[in-house]
Amino acid sequence: MAKFTFRGGIHPYDGKDISKDKPIKVYEPKGDMVYPLSQHIGAPAVPIVQKGDAVLVGQKIADAQGFVSAPIYSTVSGTVKAIEPRRVITGDNVMSIVIENDHEFKEVEFTKPKPVEQLTKEEIIKLIQDAGVVGMGGAGFPTHVKLSPKEPEKIDYVIANCAECEPYLTSDYRRMIEEPEKLVEGLKIILRLFDHARGVLAVEDNKPDCIEKLRKLTENEDRISVVALQTKYPQGSERHLIFAATGRAINSSMLPADAGCVVNNVDTIVAVYHAVTQGRPLMNRIVTVTGDCIKDPCNFFIRVGTNYHELIDEAGGFIKEPEKVVSGGPMMGFAIFDLDVPATKTSSALLCISKDAVSSAEATACINCGRCVEICPGRVIPSRLADLAENGQKEAFEKMNGMECCECGSCSYICPAKRQLTQSIKSMRRMILADRRKK
Amino acid sequence: MKEKLEVSSNPHIRDKWKTSNIMTLVVIALLPATLFGIWNFGWYAALLILVTVGSAVLSEYVFCRIIHKKSTVKDMSAVVTGLLLALNLPPHLPLWIGALGGIFAIVVVKMLFGGLGQNFMNPALGARCFLLISFARYMTDFTCDAYTQATPLTALKAGESVDILDMVIGTTGGTIGETSMIAILLGACFLVAMDVIDLRIPLSYIGTFAVFVLVFGGKGFDLSFLSAHLAGGGLMLGAFFMATDYVTRPITKKGQYLYGILLGLLTGVFRIFGPGAEGVSYAIIIGNMIVPLIEKITLPKAFGKGGERS
Repeated sequence: MAKFTFRGGIHPYDGKDISKDKPIKVYEPKGDMVYPLSQHIGAPAVPIVQKGDAVLVGQKIADAQGFVSAPIYSTVSGTVKAIEPRRVITGDNVMSIVIENDHEFKEVEFTKPKPVEQLTKEEIIKLIQDAGVVGMGGAGFPTHVKLSPKEPEKIDYVIANCAECEPYLTSDYRRMIEEPEKLVEGLKIILRLFDHARGVLAVEDNKPDCIEKLRKLTENEDRISVVALQTKYPQGSERHLIFAATGRAINSSMLPADAGCVVNNVDTIVAVYHAVTQGRPLMNRIVTVTGDCIKDPCNFFIRVGTNYHELIDEAGGFIKEPEKVVSGGPMMGFAIFDLDVPATKTSSALLCISKDAVSSAEATACINCGRCVEICPGRVIPSRLADLAENGQKEAFEKMNGMECCECGSCSYICPAKRQLTQSIKSMRRMILADRRKK
Repeated sequence: MKEKLEVSSNPHIRDKWKTSNIMTLVVIALLPATLFGIWNFGWYAALLILVTVGSAVLSEYVFCRIIHKKSTVKDMSAVVTGLLLALNLPPHLPLWIGALGGIFAIVVVKMLFGGLGQNFMNPALGARCFLLISFARYMTDFTCDAYTQATPLTALKAGESVDILDMVIGTTGGTIGETSMIAILLGACFLVAMDVIDLRIPLSYIGTFAVFVLVFGGKGFDLSFLSAHLAGGGLMLGAFFMATDYVTRPITKKGQYLYGILLGLLTGVFRIFGPGAEGVSYAIIIGNMIVPLIEKITLPKAFGKGGERS
């Protein structure tokens, strides 16, 4: 049988054992909640509450601005304390709504939608849009936009991205172990939007228990199959996942829909399920708090807006001094310098490591060993692209397929000379994209 | 809690391999050939190896000091260069020529072009060719106590018969490290097993050369003539240890096959049609020059641009 995979990729230490057997634990926030208005790709949301307003759990506090945007809901009850710039994980100050938590968690009355069978496609998309569902794997792309391709009848596959290829992350794993029904039901709802599509649950084969559970659950579903992918980073990269699961390849300028695919992450599909069946907006997510500095690594079910400090305290605090704290996985996540930031819709993990591999490694000369070429899932030549990027040669960079890089970080990981290949290439890509927008 | 956390661009983890590890593995892989050479040719060969490696390492250190750069000796690449050069020298070469070769390899071929990773020519081979041209008499004198006749390839060229078994084991005349096919292949297997080199270049190189010898060798389908050519001279050492030199081979996969084929053809031309018996060093050096061109025409298709199924 052909292996479900792609060419290239790396096998870093996966660190999942630290937290994979820790059941999801509900954490109720103690301090103030912070809601950055920009937790998604697209226009920031616009606040619809004012300082001093009383709010309830599930009350909309900021409205979407345009189609590519998403509303934000309060996840606690209390009072709006301020609307001011607050620091977020990227280190930027982003306009945020701050709510003083009254610890009562009084909910608004959610209007339960009609049964799914009676909903039209437009109504389903509307429910998802109103619930503020965005891609919770990290990108934060508004889900209703993804689910509204130009030609929905041409979609052949709805792929559930259950790869979780990032080391250390176990939030999707726990979700699949503890609530696989919600995932399957959510996928079935999305399938309602695409008449000719098949559902594919794409799981890496290092999670055989999930594969078994999902296979059992979907035994009688004609339209859904479970695919075991070879375990390899970046298997969860959208383009490579599509290729592994369907054999269709798209380049950087194409959308999954161009290959007849729609891809959504596990938590996102569960959020769709909650939005469409219960009318509940996206308010919670699972965050893995892990790393060798954490006393009691955990998978927390949190309310969006919870402060990172609280999560670390709840996980028993530090047993070792962390040298680096990463929001997200070690390959794609952001290193943060201030723990006083809120968890957002896209925060999948908080990784605290005592020994930073990057600051202790000194970059030396490239010896042209070709390891980056060997593992590059985008099939470009990272070492040469980084040279061109460092010399500011934009044209040559584009000619050498620089824009086809998916920024997965594999080249920086593998480089024996410890060059910051991904960083150089990424900055150049940003510059070129900015130039293109100017035109 | 620390005052400051480390912040850097992703990814935040790194593979354990470092440049110096790779170079050390290459040195280890060269040990069988080195030890065999010393056993075969005697203690003077060991002294010559030491002097050559020493001069390579020392000249890199001194050069870095002179230009006020941090010393790059620790990356072990000068050791590899010095050792490879030494293995390509006749066993009774005067020590000063070995030392001069080490200096030339490092200073002229490597450091003047910008140091590790910037040289366009294999430093060890560049130095060997420099010595061959400058000190031809010493560099082509392979007579010693153990072997008074010519090297097997020279004998082959002259139409004399050679003992293939001796050539495979390595008990013949020649340069210090090239004689034993077994010892070289042992090291090569180690490098392949450790994922330091792959077989794209060696196989396409040796394969092309073998076909060339069969077609143009003038002996028809003569397997013993072919095996003598494969086991003789610097082919094995060149194909596994010098043609695969990271810095001077193409980085693209297709380019590596092309490069191997090119080297096979050049070596064939030099050995069969050229005046000398040897051709590996020159073939690789000329191949090095063409690498930028090869890379240009073998740029891989990016993912999703039509090249995905290969």
